[in-house]
Amino acid sequence: MDHLDKLESQSVYIIREAYKQFKDIAVLWSIGKDSTTLMWLVRKAFYGNIPFHALHIDTGYKFKEIYEFRDEWSKKWCMKLVVGTNDGSIKAGMGPKEGDKLSCCGQLKTDALKQTIDKYRYKALLLGIRRDEHGIRAKERYFSPRNKQFEWDYKDQPPELWDQFKNQQHGEQHIRVHPLLHWTELDIWMYIQRENIPIVSLYFAKNRKRYRSIGCEPCCNPVDSEADTIDKIVEELKTTNIAERSGRAQDKERAYMMQKLRALGYM
Amino acid sequence: MNNENLKFVIVGHVDHGKSTLIGRLLYDTNSLPEGKIEEIKQLCESLGKDIEFGYIMDHLEEERDQGITIDTAQTFFTTKKRDYVIIDAPGHVEFVKNMISGASQAEAAVLIVDAQEGVKEQTKRHSYILRMLGLSQVIVVINKMDIVDYDQKRFETVKKDLFNFLSNIKIKPSYVIPISAKNGDFIANKSGNMNWYQGLTLLEALDTFKTKENANEKPLRYVVQDVYSFDKRIIAGRVESGIIRKGDRIKVLPSGEETRVKSVEEYLKNVTEAESGKSIGITTEDKLFIDRGNVIVNSSDLPAITNRIKANVFWMDRIPFKKGESLRFRCATQEVNCAIEKINKVINSSTLALIAEDASEIKNREVANIVIRTDKPVVVENFNTMEELGRFVLGREDTCAGGIITELE
Repeated sequence: MDHLDKLESQSVYIIREAYKQFKDIAVLWSIGKDSTTLMWLVRKAFYGNIPFHALHIDTGYKFKEIYEFRDEWSKKWCMKLVVGTNDGSIKAGMGPKEGDKLSCCGQLKTDALKQTIDKYRYKALLLGIRRDEHGIRAKERYFSPRNKQFEWDYKDQPPELWDQFKNQQHGEQHIRVHPLLHWTELDIWMYIQRENIPIVSLYFAKNRKRYRSIGCEPCCNPVDSEADTIDKIVEELKTTNIAERSGRAQDKERAYMMQKLRALGYM
Repeated sequence: MNNENLKFVIVGHVDHGKSTLIGRLLYDTNSLPEGKIEEIKQLCESLGKDIEFGYIMDHLEEERDQGITIDTAQTFFTTKKRDYVIIDAPGHVEFVKNMISGASQAEAAVLIVDAQEGVKEQTKRHSYILRMLGLSQVIVVINKMDIVDYDQKRFETVKKDLFNFLSNIKIKPSYVIPISAKNGDFIANKSGNMNWYQGLTLLEALDTFKTKENANEKPLRYVVQDVYSFDKRIIAGRVESGIIRKGDRIKVLPSGEETRVKSVEEYLKNVTEAESGKSIGITTEDKLFIDRGNVIVNSSDLPAITNRIKANVFWMDRIPFKKGESLRFRCATQEVNCAIEKINKVINSSTLALIAEDASEIKNREVANIVIRTDKPVVVENFNTMEELGRFVLGREDTCAGGIITELE
């Protein structure tokens, strides 16, 4: 097996473990490159099926390309799509211009996710996060428990060795499962290239700008780039030393904001 | 581009310089994102400290304040030869379970020892854990040589002291390198500060190591993870060793029933075999009862089917084990209840001193030689012949010990 085969096999193993151990699970789909790759791997693991909910947490501020992509591929891949929104906050006018970005992310993403978990009583969630994405994520385990308030006790995580993952969940706790934890950004793009995975057009350069990381439109900035094809993106990533999330406002607003968000349960 | 990727763990006593070494490795291999050094410089200034490479790895506020690495963090760099994943394992005694979690994923280890402080408690404990995990590719780096004026005598003294201990536990390091992570001596570049040392730099030494060999040559062990019936009945699992092929005559353990592989199933692909490490699916000629935990084999070289196992375990839970308690035994995808029938010996994992014989409890961070009795027979092997079926964890709600099988009856 080559490098990508090994990554793929490990992810498929983890996805199958999560499904076997927890049954009441959902996969979080932000429609970005990582979670779309995760959907691809879920379909591989289950022979073309996605045997649980695909969950899109919608702030209402996403790019229109994201909504179009979601509607097209959720149909083509026969997803049981659940769109989670914090209607209360949206009606009350919360948005990136109201208040600070921390409370906007908190209400429109974290609280929306909490409400959706409460509603469907998921025991585990599959997420497409990677260790190389951001320092704080380097500390994650493949199977990571969160309490009802979504708090992550990173100081006292259960041991994880030899692919023996946490398989018991109690009360209000839920388990975050991270099948892509060991992939890098470059791995993801090389895999998208190899497998021909469909991807939102925002990642490709238009007028010498492209998005390396996508989320809500008001809080994402494109980076300078000529890469308008997957091949060119792979080439670009082999030489760049600009951090992937450098265009994301939420990370820049203040030092450690990512950790704050994470401790509060932001995915 | 060469996609080979080697995972190594950096272990050693707290404050001997692990995080600084990682920061240095990233810096010297030009692996830091733009602006990172500036960000850290500003942060150190605001905290009233000199710039420290260690901060690159220590991302959490609490950790930064306490100055210790809490959890296993991973990061990436590249040499001309290949990509590396560094696993930074905490040196603090409280976090040994995190150290084990990190080290269990590694293919090689760098053991770091402070030239001034010499061999300490966690230096020994971590070495012991490396031995227990079966890690044989080990580099020793004697760090902070700048503080001891790059003195060869001091280097030799620490080396001798360490080797005395390592030989007891049968670890033979491949290299011993004097370094200064702070100043960059013998990390990526040779240095004029130690003309008495003619050996490799740390990066050169790492480049000589081998990535984990695939287990294709070993006998087949196909471990069943789940059974699906989406369109047809597919037995999903992972080839832990050997190769599984369409048409193979196979035996399902522990039942011993036999059949043939009708097809090898991979989504959207036409395949007839799967090699070791592959998560795959198969269908069988006969409809046997096959379930999670079963081990499928294809030769006369069989694992043991037993309910009695002799093993060494490392206890990593604050709550001690007391005789009479029932635990969960998990090996590959098998999971059964078990009792510890006998605790032959309990030893201190740092000093290796014998704590008790025929004991009745095992406490946090102690190593014990035990006899396990499982409620149902399990399919297992000696760790030295087949790692994948020779290692296990013991659990309460969470994993509380890791173990390797030393003897089978």
